Amino acid sequence: MRQQFPNTVHELMKANDKVVLLFGDVGTYGFRHCAAEFPDRVYNVGILEQSMMSIAAGIAMQGLIPVVHTIAAFLVERAFEQIKDDFGYQKLGGNFVSIGGSYDLASWGCTHEAPSDVGLVKNIPGAEVVVPGTPAEFDHLFKQSYDNGHPTYFRLSAKSNAETHDVSFGKANVVKVGAEATIIAVGPMLDRVLEACKGLDVTVLYYTSLQPFDQETLRANFRGGRLIVCEPYYSGACAADIASALRKYPAATTYIGVPREFPHHYGNVDDIDTVFHLTAGGIRAQIEEALSPEEETYRAPSLTLR
Amino acid sequence: MLSVASARQSDNLGAAGNMEVDQVQRMIRLKRKIIEVATACNEGHIPAAFSILDILWVLYDRILGITPETLDDPDRHRFILSKGHASIGLYIVLAERGILDPSHLERFGMFGSILGGHPDRTKVPGIEASTGSLGHGFPMAAGLALGAKIRKTSSKVYAIVGDGECNEGTIWESAMFAAHRELDNLYCIVDQNHSGDIALHAGDFRQKFESFGWHTVRINGHDQDEIYRALSQHVPGKPVAVIAETIKGNGCKIMENSPEWTHKYPRPDELEAMLQTLR
Repeated sequence: MRQQFPNTVHELMKANDKVVLLFGDVGTYGFRHCAAEFPDRVYNVGILEQSMMSIAAGIAMQGLIPVVHTIAAFLVERAFEQIKDDFGYQKLGGNFVSIGGSYDLASWGCTHEAPSDVGLVKNIPGAEVVVPGTPAEFDHLFKQSYDNGHPTYFRLSAKSNAETHDVSFGKANVVKVGAEATIIAVGPMLDRVLEACKGLDVTVLYYTSLQPFDQETLRANFRGGRLIVCEPYYSGACAADIASALRKYPAATTYIGVPREFPHHYGNVDDIDTVFHLTAGGIRAQIEEALSPEEETYRAPSLTLR
Repeated sequence: MLSVASARQSDNLGAAGNMEVDQVQRMIRLKRKIIEVATACNEGHIPAAFSILDILWVLYDRILGITPETLDDPDRHRFILSKGHASIGLYIVLAERGILDPSHLERFGMFGSILGGHPDRTKVPGIEASTGSLGHGFPMAAGLALGAKIRKTSSKVYAIVGDGECNEGTIWESAMFAAHRELDNLYCIVDQNHSGDIALHAGDFRQKFESFGWHTVRINGHDQDEIYRALSQHVPGKPVAVIAETIKGNGCKIMENSPEWTHKYPRPDELEAMLQTLR
């Protein structure tokens, strides 16, 4: 996805002279073609994420469309107040595109990890959150929403699904239909969830837009009184939307996502997925536990490295 | 470097300079209105508003050229009150200029009012940015200045920051950025009323901005001709920092440089005497 982003922005800069790219000394090489063709609309502003966000708001006040990029921990967590006040409160449109969400940069340690990003941005009224599952989905979702006047956070994940789905901004996709339960897979979790669900009679919904959250598709496809949410960030970020969507149904809900821990183990994404039981096998075991009529047939192994 | 004490003693600081009598009377009238509104509504930072009132007036009277008819002109000059807590001063000036309906002042800070202790751009005509959280307005002004360059408009951008606000790192991040990008359409007015010295003495702002690559000038922030001359400067390739030596609470003796009055209002029995001594 990270390779797709410069291409998508480059295309939009050609098509729309209001698009302005700001980045915090991250991805300079990837933006070289953009920068060469549009030197007056591409800015490596330096390592000043909070000011970068406010500067982007000022650019938006001029009627332009800012696209702001850096690592999630700095884009969302360090500059959170700027997104909240300068974009959310002021009702300005802008696009914030991150890499390094959750533990995509695991080997760099916890200062460069941000499993809280999705939950944080979802707390800003009027803000939107998009977690694409493939580069082509990012391209499509970004082009659909980049100039809609809202602050929109796009999370570019290190992992991609094998297949691109016909996604649409603000809508969920029904990927598999079954009766025993409904499973939500967010962005790059889809492949693992489908693998984990083999042989199970469950419905699988695919979410790439987390705000706005498509409550209607969930309500219309809620099966078996059980919901399992598989998400690649601190679990529960969409809990309020889900509770609202299913408020008139008894719904035994299980969240399978990143636990509230610092992913302090280094290594790579697969290593941490294994630690947190977010591989296809780990997800399968947690789904079986959730679907089991008996209580606590599954206990997560202790968190030790392989 | 001017300390609080030396600022008080500095020549003519707080004096009206060469202002015409009617201009002096206007400032007294605006200050009177500020005290009356803040007292009636029990809201507002009166001394902070007084320290920037002359600057605000020069901006709206002689620099910005903003009228009720040009509020939405995309090529208008912009002003951001980065020290948003002085909002009452800005509201009074907007009302005086016919941009804000003065009847709103009666409900300043009250439930359902469009006027809050910190300004909201989505509610108040003439407010360009919703400020209050210090260190946000100035970088937004830098973004507006860059945006004006991108749009190839000659629009200029002016921001007032507090000296205490200059504790915030974003002020200096943006100062670096503006100089590097040669934003010569950007003016940063530092309201150096020395209120920040108590917590963190920041040193010589002129020297600091100069070292960041800005064109700088130090003025008496209560001399309207000096303010006008400073804000009329244009140095190709350089943003302009105007270090305005001001007195917090200027013109109201009891409030001047008194931390006690930062967010306080006169009692009914002391109000009239206070209003009579305004200068």
